[in-house]
Amino acid sequence: MAEPLLSVRDLVVEFPTRRGTLRALDRVSFDIGEGEVLGMVGESGAGKSITGSAIIGLIDRPGRIAGGEIRLRGERIDTLPEDKLRRIRGKRIGMVFQDPLTSLNPLYTVAQQLIETIRTHLDVSEREARERAVALLDQVGIPAARRRIDDYPHHFSGGMRQRVVIALALAAEPELVIADEPTTALDVSVQAQIIDVLRDICADRGAAVMLITHDMGVIAETADRVAVLYAGRMAEIGPVRDVIKAAEHPYTSGLMGSIPTLAQTADRLTQIPGSMPRLDAIPQGCAFNPRCPRVMPHCRTDQPPLTPRAQGRQVACWLYAPAGAAHG
Amino acid sequence: MADALVQVQGLTRYFDVSKPWLNRVIEREPKAYLTAVADVSFDIRRGETFALVGESGSGKSTIAKMIVGLLEPSDGRILFDGQPMTGTDGAAMRKLRRRFQMIFQDPFASLNPRWRVGEIIAEPIRTFGLASGAEMRREVGRLLEVVGLGARDAAKFPHEFSGGQRQRIAIARALSSRPEFIVCDEPTSALDVSVQAQILNLMRDLQDEFGLTYLFISHDLSVVRHMANRIGVLYLGRLAEVADGKRLFTEPRHPYSRMLLDAVPDLEMSGRRRKRVEGEIPNPIDPPPGCAFHPRCPLVADRCRREIPQPVARGDGMAACFAVEEGRG
Amino acid sequence: MGEFIPEDRPNALRRAWDSDLAYSFRTSPVALVSGIVALTIILGAVLAPWVAPHNPFDPATLNLMEGFTPPMEPNAFTGNVFWLGTDNQGRDVFSTILYGARTSLFVGFMAVLFAMVLGITLGLTAGFRGGWVDGLLMRIADVQLTFPSILLALLIFGVARGFIPPALREALAIWVLIVAIGLSDWVQYARVVRGATMVEKNKEYVQAARVIGAHPVKILVRHILPNVMGPVLVIATIGLALAIIAEATLSFLGVGLPPTQPSLGTLIRIGQGFLFSGEWWILAFPAAALLALALSVNLLGDWLRDALNPRLR
Repeated sequence: MAEPLLSVRDLVVEFPTRRGTLRALDRVSFDIGEGEVLGMVGESGAGKSITGSAIIGLIDRPGRIAGGEIRLRGERIDTLPEDKLRRIRGKRIGMVFQDPLTSLNPLYTVAQQLIETIRTHLDVSEREARERAVALLDQVGIPAARRRIDDYPHHFSGGMRQRVVIALALAAEPELVIADEPTTALDVSVQAQIIDVLRDICADRGAAVMLITHDMGVIAETADRVAVLYAGRMAEIGPVRDVIKAAEHPYTSGLMGSIPTLAQTADRLTQIPGSMPRLDAIPQGCAFNPRCPRVMPHCRTDQPPLTPRAQGRQVACWLYAPAGAAHG
Repeated sequence: MADALVQVQGLTRYFDVSKPWLNRVIEREPKAYLTAVADVSFDIRRGETFALVGESGSGKSTIAKMIVGLLEPSDGRILFDGQPMTGTDGAAMRKLRRRFQMIFQDPFASLNPRWRVGEIIAEPIRTFGLASGAEMRREVGRLLEVVGLGARDAAKFPHEFSGGQRQRIAIARALSSRPEFIVCDEPTSALDVSVQAQILNLMRDLQDEFGLTYLFISHDLSVVRHMANRIGVLYLGRLAEVADGKRLFTEPRHPYSRMLLDAVPDLEMSGRRRKRVEGEIPNPIDPPPGCAFHPRCPLVADRCRREIPQPVARGDGMAACFAVEEGRG
Repeated sequence: MGEFIPEDRPNALRRAWDSDLAYSFRTSPVALVSGIVALTIILGAVLAPWVAPHNPFDPATLNLMEGFTPPMEPNAFTGNVFWLGTDNQGRDVFSTILYGARTSLFVGFMAVLFAMVLGITLGLTAGFRGGWVDGLLMRIADVQLTFPSILLALLIFGVARGFIPPALREALAIWVLIVAIGLSDWVQYARVVRGATMVEKNKEYVQAARVIGAHPVKILVRHILPNVMGPVLVIATIGLALAIIAEATLSFLGVGLPPTQPSLGTLIRIGQGFLFSGEWWILAFPAAALLALALSVNLLGDWLRDALNPRLR
């Protein structure tokens, strides 16, 4: 197998607090291939956004990467000094956040922000940068891009702003775009448009996408593979169709059953009892064991390793792991 | 309708969004009004779940607030069990108030962080003088158990609970005055999906157990599909369509209902290619003339740009659309 | 109320010690030192009649022969040693500081209390009612803010004295001072409370109370007030330091407390007369006490603001 674009191995992120150190990510491993869309799902607090922040080196203090490694095309980036990392952010890794308002500077026109980003990372003239900017806005579906490029962010509607943010993330032709809940703040009808734009433009340019969201529907429509996080640990990772249609981890199958869909007819939704543990109260063994319908005695004592399955799937569950393969 | 518990008739609400008086004088601007809700009428039948769906600016929360008396209607009226809600005062209103309750969207904002859970749940009991002392404590403990928590949780503070547990507490508070009707304003949109399933199931169980009537407000069609008997689709403050719960999903009439359905992600991975959704919601301060949906509508005709379509009864529901009216849909 | 307090909850001291606020206090050196300094001065002032070596206002214990004794030196006539020396009338400076701080703190606390009650009441009303009530109250506040508060206190003080018969002036001086300082200071409480009230009143827990028809006054007092008290406590702490300084300034200018009821400000005013004749201690020690008190209280206020700010935690 060719070297992956991004490779995360045994990533540990910790937050020291007054009442002990909280482990927000516990030995998380995954790869993103060239041009691939990897969906990252989980409930709030599962660690999906922290994974994104760790990759671009933007973990809020006092949190820190306490173990593991992150490689971009084989080069370690988690140990880079801040100035080198800054060159990777924006240039090689673009970012799209939930709230388009905070990603855009209200004091500058869209043109100014796009041209500055393009010229910071690419060696082009002002005029060429402007041409590229117009082309980008056109691609993300902003009508009359040439006329609107000199408008300020507040002149755009929420959906249009998120398109501008996507253009900005792609301005330096990154290899990877990290999109953190890019559609959550938007209306249902606009959400679908933004998903389409994000998927199409990244496919056009061959950029890989790490799509962080709580919305399985968005993943189903967009991603090639999906990674399911639970309490800071990887539960399951695999091709999106397989995971959605035939989840192996009891958490994933419970999650899928609990989502109401347009086609379903049952009166009651399948529900997982309880809720995800807080980081300061993660149970011993498998983090999911108190809620798991198929719990076995050693689920309560040993943490299951991420076990390879057919079709490149991996599952961290004792139902599929060889006995005696405890993680760590 | 004989069995209507809540009747909403011609409900309208404006908001004054004018600039301050001095600015208006200097800039010679007239007063500006935003029409949040325009001429909305529907009935909620006893024992059913009536859902209102819509996106931002559709007026769904404004309608909810008017129904529970948090906002005064600018025009139109609301009847609860045949009694008008506006203009009723004093003891009669107090009696009426006990019979309806509300569940809010954000379980982190809907519980007073400085109150113990028991106090929070007991507030309606005290306010309506339903019980006191040991009897009230027993009732609070019983309610906590009804929503799946424990009687001992009454002594805790809201911050000791997760989002889903807090929403259970909010539901216990809503039940504590033994209401017949509960307005649920996006009760699960702040929750994770696995917790959402628990809350939706709980709400259904409670409905069966206590014979509750729900007004369920949501932007999520899949959730509405799961919960509602009948559904009203709102667009920019007006009802576009009212339809039977199943019917809306199999035969949507209004072009906007169809568009909303198209926008729902395809979780079944059936491979259906969605139709591209066009345009965005216009600014409600300056809505398009005629039918507010016409700039995004695939079935637009000249008439839609000039006249506002009136609701036309169709089967068990209605649709406000010229295309449907003229059979072009 | 109180029906849902668990019987087995740990006692108040235990809970206070375990709280995040107490933890933040224990781990902040600035807060610890300021706390100790402020507490020492406050305790000394409160317990002055029992801990002060002399009662500087009891003429029977005064000995004019002991006037102008320098610190830590035996008096030439009586051989008594005074830690911080004595003033022109032979009063022990240490004792006058304790008694002076007592007066200063009393005025400070009462002025803050007055400003707080007034500010909170008006702020809650303005924020909750909105409309013209809010407009009127906030314009009054705006106008008041354009005057320096010390000038305003001077004005209030002057006007009040005009209404009070001369015979009562001395006895009422301290209350006039409290009202003058308090009145010049209510605005910031009102503004903060108004802002917080406007945020809280739109929160869903307030709406939930309105849905069941709870009385507005009850909503204000039981729901909103406890949730706006955090920022108020911060201002009150810093306000205490400011009120003590305001009192000292007024007394220093001679419009505050009479010499029969000296505060730290009065002591400083008296002391500065001797600065150039070499008796520096009569000025220096009261001034240092004022500085230590105001600074430590102020630093405590700063710490409290950071500790209560959830974004900095």
